[in-house]
Amino acid sequence: MPEFHMVVCVKVVPRSDEIRVDRETRLLDRRHARLELNPPDMSALEMALNTRDRYGGKLDILSMGPLSFEPLLRVGLAMGCDHIVLLSDRAFGGADTLATTYTLAKGIEKMGGADLIFCGEESADGATGQVPAGLAEWLNVSQLTLLTELSLDLDKQTATGRRSLKGGYEILETPLPCVVSVKNASQEPRFINFSRKAWAYETERVTVWNAVDLNADPESIGLTGSPTTVSELARVPVRERKRIKLEGEAMAKAEQLAVIIRDSL
Amino acid sequence: MPPSRYRENEESKAVWVYLEQEEGTLENVSLEVLSKGRELADVMKWKLVGLLPGSGVHALAKEAITRGADEIWVMDHPLLTTFTIEGHGAVVYDAVMLGKPSIFLLGATHNGRDLAGRLAVRFRTGLNADCTNLHMDEKDALLVSEVSGFGGGVVAMIEMQNHRPQMATVRPGVFALSEPDSARRGKVIDVPVNLKPEQIKTRILERVRSGVVDLTRVPVLVVGGRGVNGDFETLKKLAEILGGDVGATRPPVDAGFIERERQIGQTGVVSSPKMALCCGLSGAFHLLVGIDKADVVVSINSDPEAPIFEFSDYYIVGDVSQYLPVLIQTLESQQEISHA
Ligand SMILES: Cc1cc2nc3c(=O)[nH]c(=O)nc-3n(C[C@H](O)[C@H](O)[C@H](O)COP(=O)(O)OP(=O)(O)OC[C@H]3O[C@@H](n4cnc5c(N)ncnc54)[C@H](O)[C@@H]3O)c2cc1C
Repeated sequence: MPEFHMVVCVKVVPRSDEIRVDRETRLLDRRHARLELNPPDMSALEMALNTRDRYGGKLDILSMGPLSFEPLLRVGLAMGCDHIVLLSDRAFGGADTLATTYTLAKGIEKMGGADLIFCGEESADGATGQVPAGLAEWLNVSQLTLLTELSLDLDKQTATGRRSLKGGYEILETPLPCVVSVKNASQEPRFINFSRKAWAYETERVTVWNAVDLNADPESIGLTGSPTTVSELARVPVRERKRIKLEGEAMAKAEQLAVIIRDSL
Repeated sequence: MPPSRYRENEESKAVWVYLEQEEGTLENVSLEVLSKGRELADVMKWKLVGLLPGSGVHALAKEAITRGADEIWVMDHPLLTTFTIEGHGAVVYDAVMLGKPSIFLLGATHNGRDLAGRLAVRFRTGLNADCTNLHMDEKDALLVSEVSGFGGGVVAMIEMQNHRPQMATVRPGVFALSEPDSARRGKVIDVPVNLKPEQIKTRILERVRSGVVDLTRVPVLVVGGRGVNGDFETLKKLAEILGGDVGATRPPVDAGFIERERQIGQTGVVSSPKMALCCGLSGAFHLLVGIDKADVVVSINSDPEAPIFEFSDYYIVGDVSQYLPVLIQTLESQQEISHA
């Protein structure tokens, strides 16, 4: 039997606390923001590593984006992953969810498929949370979303996960292969393994594939492969507020506020 | 770009809404989206259809009609009792391919998102997630989805020219519920369901639901940001005194200080309280979306330049860890006086 193969999909995003809003245009200014691994993906990485520690197998990182993402992805190697695959091509740029999930699916196909694929709940910059389900559909495999726990039965070839529901949870069992999305902040990511650190930053276990390598349909990737288009940007009117500053001693302000609260309810 | 599954010019001029139910109760967000769907359909003089998969759900069809649906397509089958992606995915896909609506909307619940993400790929179409508003471009008969997150108070209008259905998800609380009209008549259509047990690959071994948090309709919402340093106990105490509940910005949620269900904002809950009390949060636009419907906004922040002040009716420049205990004390002593 071939080795059990797991893939964790990771995105690199600008640090949200360093994104500024331009005072003039009111658009987001990401230029000065440093990059980081998408925080929700840290839970996916941890659950993936934990699963590999328990059941064995090979665990690879898959990401799509410019070559500048590579150093950050190596953090995953230092944490314990085996290999990085970075899908990088100008033609992948401007992708909406349809084109993104298609490209990631082609990457997994080219890796020889996977038994288990981990994703974060959503990306900090796009936050649509629609990638895991879309990816599962392209790969025609089952899906378990918003998991806080996962276990496998390799004899039966099933995955069992605890999926969070509004005000509760359900325990679901589904056949492998499977795409899993991991609930944000549900796992405590491990520290990088210092004995692996030097290796992680030097190893050549990084593969970069472009659109041709993937044998991707040029019509289905990037901006060309994205059916949705932004037709315009518009200001949204936010409600006008009174903007009254409460003054005085701390106690006096708290009392004023208490009165305002009572009067408003 | 490869075409979607509909053939050229095959779409029917209609707005469809996925109606999600849980143990015989329709999700509020489904009715909210239906209410908005009615507006969109009226602008175009199109039909509004609700898709209702489940088991023993006929009674819910009437309720959906009172909220504006012209037709309800009921897919009733024991295998649809609880949501599974394979079961609900298959019947919703088949129904949409039968009716070929121009527009297909879903509430952005956990199940709604699973379904939307999966089906958009199956239809080979685009999907706009977490829209903050929807309207029609009447001239071209296109759906325009508003998505925020491109900047402060800037929204992107997103359209799709050639792919169908035009799909969008909307979070709970974004749209108001229309008043039910019990005199409204509509058609209930039973759609035959061909599901075999072996199609449902996912087995539900256990299901626990209790204490559902619904912050969309609380009278007072106390929102804590990064600046409360994880001390949500004090906020809870305050909320309790005021008969309200606690929400949070994204950073404390990400840090695990409070449940994700309580995140307020574009990717959280949109709330319409009488009062929102903002504690130690900066006032990012992603967050403001979630409190914009509040009648009154009050905020406390230690930074005199905090953007939230611009979006507040009343504000205090100060440290939350200092003011909240004083405020709680004051409110408590007022309570004692009024009870005396
Ligand atoms: C696509 C996308 C979607 C997003 N969706 C959401 C969403 O739904 N909801 C959401 O909240 N965010 C969302 N965000 C994140 C959002 O942009 C902001 O980063 C976030 O709202 C900031 O949270 P905050 O105000 O708590 O933290 P900060 O911006 O760090 O502000 C903390 C504030 O606390 C004040 N403070 C610190 N200490 C004290 C003290 N002792 N007393 C009083 N004040 C103090 C500081 O002055 C500061 O103003 C999203 C971001 C993206 C990119």
